[in-house]
Amino acid sequence: MMLSAKNVSWSAGGAEILRDVSLDVRAGEFLGVIGPNGSGKTSLMALLAGIRRPKSGEVLLDGVPIGMLGGREVARRLALVEQQAETGERITARQAVELGRTPYLGPLSPWSPEDDAIVEAALENVDMAHLSGRLWHTLSGGERQRLHIGRALAQQPKILLLDEPTNHLDIGHQIGLLDLVRRQDLTVAAALHDLNHAAMFCDRLAVMQGGRLVALGAPREVLTAGRIRDVFGVEAEVDHESDGSCHIRYRAVGPPHPAVRPARLESITGRVS
Amino acid sequence: MTADVNRAISSIGRTGAVFLALVVLVAALWLGAAVGETAIPFEVVAKTVANRLWAAGYPLEPIDEGIVWSYRLSRAVVAACCGASLAVSGVVLQSLLRNPLADPYILGISAGASTGAVGVAILGLGAGFLTLPMGAFVGALVAFVLVSLLAAKAGRGTAAIILAGVAGSQLFNALTSFIVTKAATAEQARGIMFWLLGNLSGVRWPDAWLAVPAALSGLAVCLWHARSLDAFTFGAEQAASLGISVRRTYLALVGISAMMTAVMVSIVGSIGFVGLVIPHAARLLVGVRHGVLLPAAALIGAVFMIVADILSRILIPGQVLPIGVITALVGAPAFALILGQRRNRA
Repeated sequence: MMLSAKNVSWSAGGAEILRDVSLDVRAGEFLGVIGPNGSGKTSLMALLAGIRRPKSGEVLLDGVPIGMLGGREVARRLALVEQQAETGERITARQAVELGRTPYLGPLSPWSPEDDAIVEAALENVDMAHLSGRLWHTLSGGERQRLHIGRALAQQPKILLLDEPTNHLDIGHQIGLLDLVRRQDLTVAAALHDLNHAAMFCDRLAVMQGGRLVALGAPREVLTAGRIRDVFGVEAEVDHESDGSCHIRYRAVGPPHPAVRPARLESITGRVS
Repeated sequence: MTADVNRAISSIGRTGAVFLALVVLVAALWLGAAVGETAIPFEVVAKTVANRLWAAGYPLEPIDEGIVWSYRLSRAVVAACCGASLAVSGVVLQSLLRNPLADPYILGISAGASTGAVGVAILGLGAGFLTLPMGAFVGALVAFVLVSLLAAKAGRGTAAIILAGVAGSQLFNALTSFIVTKAATAEQARGIMFWLLGNLSGVRWPDAWLAVPAALSGLAVCLWHARSLDAFTFGAEQAASLGISVRRTYLALVGISAMMTAVMVSIVGSIGFVGLVIPHAARLLVGVRHGVLLPAAALIGAVFMIVADILSRILIPGQVLPIGVITALVGAPAFALILGQRRNRA
């Protein structure tokens, strides 16, 4: 076991975002975290990455509370790719990837030829070597996201955490990016929006709802029509293939979901009165 | 242009670049000591420095030697420190706050310094113990602490720091105006106005012995954190995920920028535009890596300020213009050019 959350809770501005979530990220697996907007996926990623401290509970990295390890030590073992991190600085593609060497460098341990080699390998790996001299703002969304993955790889982590890495990408780039991640010999935990992609690429899925973990298991066990209705408020059919994979077909527009409608009515009448 | 400069730097090597920078700086100081209402030959400047530093014993006109050593050289050294400090603070704050309009005064420091200065000069605070620069320094620190507390209360985000700085600056500027209109004579008001626009006239060696260590230590601390600053390229969250202690970096770098700025403002008043424009000019020249950007900004700022001081002394014969007028007159069109260039390249 490499990375695990033990009963973590987190709140922001008085609102409870995560409640009592426990989960292990197993060595070598691709764990998908799914759930509607606001269900706590991003916060869970931030806690697992150690950039936020849980309000209660703890996150263990290789058995040690992540807050006890220094930031640099954590950044050498795990790398986080955020949703669409952007910059107005005029940096090149290569410089963006070079940032991944930060946890290994300091005023007294300067850049070395070895760092150059690692950066070049990372650029090759994400198929961006031919664009390494291009300025950031001239690159497409898919290219930028590949560079973020490249930067994460340059950190030489054992664990890769991805927060909705395929947002705003076209379908070809979405699948290409997840495939790229899958091919790495790394433990991966990724917050994902697309349930079919989650089913396609992940070994296990964690389902978040209202800040709680409501299901955890293999995609075919977790993704049932009932759960999709409960969690996402969408009617869907789940087809199971003989090879163990599954895919989801959403029904066009069904009758309004009973769990959603009364709440909306309440808020409307509340506002009127 | 960026690539050209970087190629030039890598071809002459790091040592070569440092050597070149020092040569440029010494040349600028030399120019600052030689040019003025009475032009003094470069040779006399060199001999004066030799006489003073190594007691070389060259026979010189005492009046020339006095002008070079006691007036112009000390002034040029302080101008260089001031330009370098403001430019470095500007780079650091623009990078940390991820805002291209951030400058060293965004933390309320110049507003606080002016309130402190008028407090001493007009209200007579400190009962004669506080000099005007000391009053300015105290005012700058008070404003900075207030702005920091406000920002911390508002959530420590970059927007919180900027908004707290705006609020603090407005408050202290209003206090300054209030004191000036309420209590100052016309003569005092004119003097304060002159000081607020930046003024190197009264600067002597004791000021330089304060400015030099402040500028050098500030530059050293910022250089030490150069890689941390690079890591903020994609924001504080990514910096944290790259192993940077975000809070500690903020405290160290915002603190040292405030210290440098407060010292410079207390010596020469609040000189505008240097801390805003020079960082952008330096970025265009050498790129965004702070290991190169910080020293480049320091050098450009230092040379720019020395030249601005020369211009302020010789532009109108017999009268010294406030240096802030020169920096803004040169700085505003330069900034317009930079903005135009950014757009063309985007």
